[in-house]
Amino acid sequence: MTTRVLQAWNGEAVDRGDVPVLPVEEFQQIVADAVTSGARVSSLAGRADGDRTRVTAVLADDALGRLSLLSTRVGSSWPSLAAECPSVQAFEREIFEQFGVRPEGHPWLKPLRFEPPHVPGIDPWGRIARPSTIPGDYPFFRVEGEEVHEVAVGPVHAGVIEPGHFRFQCHGEHVFTLEIVLGYQHRGVEPLLLGGPDRRTVTLVESVAGDTSVGNAIAHANAVEALADYQIPARASVLRGVALELERLANHVGDLGMLAGDVGFLPTASYCGALRADFLNSLAEICGNRFGRGLVVPGGIRFDLDAAAAGRLADKVQKAWEQVEGASRLFFESPSVRNRLDGTGVVSRETCTELGLVGPAARACGVSRDVRRDHATGVFRFLHIPTVTGETGDVFARAWVRRLEAERSAEFVMRQLRSLPGGPVRAPCPPPRPDRLVVSLVEGWRGELCHVVETDETGRFARYKLVDPSFHNWMGLAMALRSEQISDFPLCNKSFNLSYCGHDL
Amino acid sequence: MDGIPGILQFRAGFGRQTVAYPEGPARFPERFRGLPVLDPSAGDGGRAGAAVCPTDAVRDPGAPGMTIDLGRCTFCGLCEEASPGAIRFTRDYRISGRTREELRVDGRAPLLAAKLDEKARSLFGRSLRLRQVSAAGCNGCEAELNASGNIQFDMSRFGVAFVASPRHADGLVVTGPVSANMREALLRTWEATPAPRLVIAVGACACSGGIFRDSPVQSNGMPGVPEIPVDLWVAGCPPHPITFIDGVLRLLGRVEGDRLQLAGTGIVEAG
Repeated sequence: MTTRVLQAWNGEAVDRGDVPVLPVEEFQQIVADAVTSGARVSSLAGRADGDRTRVTAVLADDALGRLSLLSTRVGSSWPSLAAECPSVQAFEREIFEQFGVRPEGHPWLKPLRFEPPHVPGIDPWGRIARPSTIPGDYPFFRVEGEEVHEVAVGPVHAGVIEPGHFRFQCHGEHVFTLEIVLGYQHRGVEPLLLGGPDRRTVTLVESVAGDTSVGNAIAHANAVEALADYQIPARASVLRGVALELERLANHVGDLGMLAGDVGFLPTASYCGALRADFLNSLAEICGNRFGRGLVVPGGIRFDLDAAAAGRLADKVQKAWEQVEGASRLFFESPSVRNRLDGTGVVSRETCTELGLVGPAARACGVSRDVRRDHATGVFRFLHIPTVTGETGDVFARAWVRRLEAERSAEFVMRQLRSLPGGPVRAPCPPPRPDRLVVSLVEGWRGELCHVVETDETGRFARYKLVDPSFHNWMGLAMALRSEQISDFPLCNKSFNLSYCGHDL
Repeated sequence: MDGIPGILQFRAGFGRQTVAYPEGPARFPERFRGLPVLDPSAGDGGRAGAAVCPTDAVRDPGAPGMTIDLGRCTFCGLCEEASPGAIRFTRDYRISGRTREELRVDGRAPLLAAKLDEKARSLFGRSLRLRQVSAAGCNGCEAELNASGNIQFDMSRFGVAFVASPRHADGLVVTGPVSANMREALLRTWEATPAPRLVIAVGACACSGGIFRDSPVQSNGMPGVPEIPVDLWVAGCPPHPITFIDGVLRLLGRVEGDRLQLAGTGIVEAG
């Protein structure tokens, strides 16, 4: 990487004037070279800059634990990099949708989440004059041929689940392609965050994805604290780590149960459904809410535990974990289960790297990336959780990686609850300083949560970019379905368990 | 032990998981926040609490008619922290009502949803099939609705269950602020549900838009969708599974009266 980028660490605020503004060609060359040499695009986002759009890239070098920041100014179009770097395809569509910057030569330019433009006077999809809902107004990819048929699922689809539309091109049971249309969940989170921080900010961030309340709240708090040059007390840092790992445990254990349900293995489905609640209830013991809402705020955390209560909570987690071990052993040691998981929904390591997948979905392909290790902040700078990888990239690997990760998280939670450092858990955090920029990454249970926050000359949020791990990973699910049987879709979908609203914002 | 014997052995050790509610108590953590109790004459009368509320749920602080609109409340507890004495959350999990207005509480009486009329109870009282529609819900409410069916809360022991198709349903459970991009899908799902049908709005977003209120790309929840009448409003962010189940059972007349079935967990203690 050249010196024409600004280097920063996760959670390190920089002066926003120090982010270099490069000519488009040079900007794109640096992004392409970085991706070729193993870096990832954590964020690529626009904001209005006079009559042009300022695009800022965050490139993550996981091996060095370093982030590179660079930007460029573009007009109504720029050349697309997506054919060369597929991991930017959704980012380029987002910038087109929000700011009208057309990526010329994009291999599949189509709406991302059907959100209204962020700047007036543009109409990228020609929808302003006739607003309509998504499915009827969408040019699906179609396979033509004798006996080829199309299957449409959603947005309201079976189960108590968020809406999305899935369009399969099939020949009998065989799936040629799956096209995923999202955007139904769009609530306008990013515009609502502008001008903050204010009394709504923390609750909004917790509601980006309800199953990742703790992860997003920590990413937000880390960002605000960095913008204010403030460091939280050690006890708060450890308890934040405990909450983040409890969130991971609850979701991973819940996912094992749902996977068991999808292959018809009811014992583990039932047990894990109940055991998941033990971890959610542990969060509620700390803060009153099963999803950890209201716990993490800039400045620390709002609730503390005395030593006796922390010990009892550790015992509760230990007991629950021992039962998860038993319930998951039944599952993974059952030949009929393994027969359904092995070799189903394979994503190759090459595809994973090209698409820039993150989290357990990437680790299941043997790609070892984990923000807790690669870009450590908070408690993870001095207390390490081993990173788990699989190798087969199939449903089995995604399930097994979750099982092993949950074990590491349980060990971490028990150990920390039994040896919490002393001191306060909260102190007043000063307001963010003006004209700064920070990248805040957190390894949520689905993977990397990325918050890129810029303040204006008064210290208010001038741009708040959120990248949910699902933003990277939905394309992974589409690829996993190729040449699969359509009846394995629920199983594959659950093995990724991606967020609709995290993507749709 | 492998195979079926192993499964049975594990099952025997796992024990009964289903909560005792409604015959016995449900366990709630000490810090769980349910129905608030207000005292406008204590402390600052709730003024600081009203000022920090993320959703403007605290109304008329300091006045005798002070209320909290539970349809907006996210139960973050910031008002309680800012106005000790004036606002206090109890663990009363019963926070659903038959009308949107009922959710605006002064904390002087429990909030108990009234039952349906006799004809509706005879139709739905022993078997209620629901189709869930997430209209931009964040997966918090959806996750708790899923949990309502797990072996702990086991809603199906009351004959209440979620089904895949609106054509098979007796009603809809709507979550989320109703995004512009989901509005038509919600209307079409409702139209596909055969009458007579019930509609239950779950969570702060469905009751008012919640934290997304006044964002231009949503409808401020079900009050912004007048085409669809709502029979039960369930507060919370998200509502606890017991809150949802209790609301449904009261609607069906299967739980009545003012008996609070509440127990502690013994992990974090009061103080």
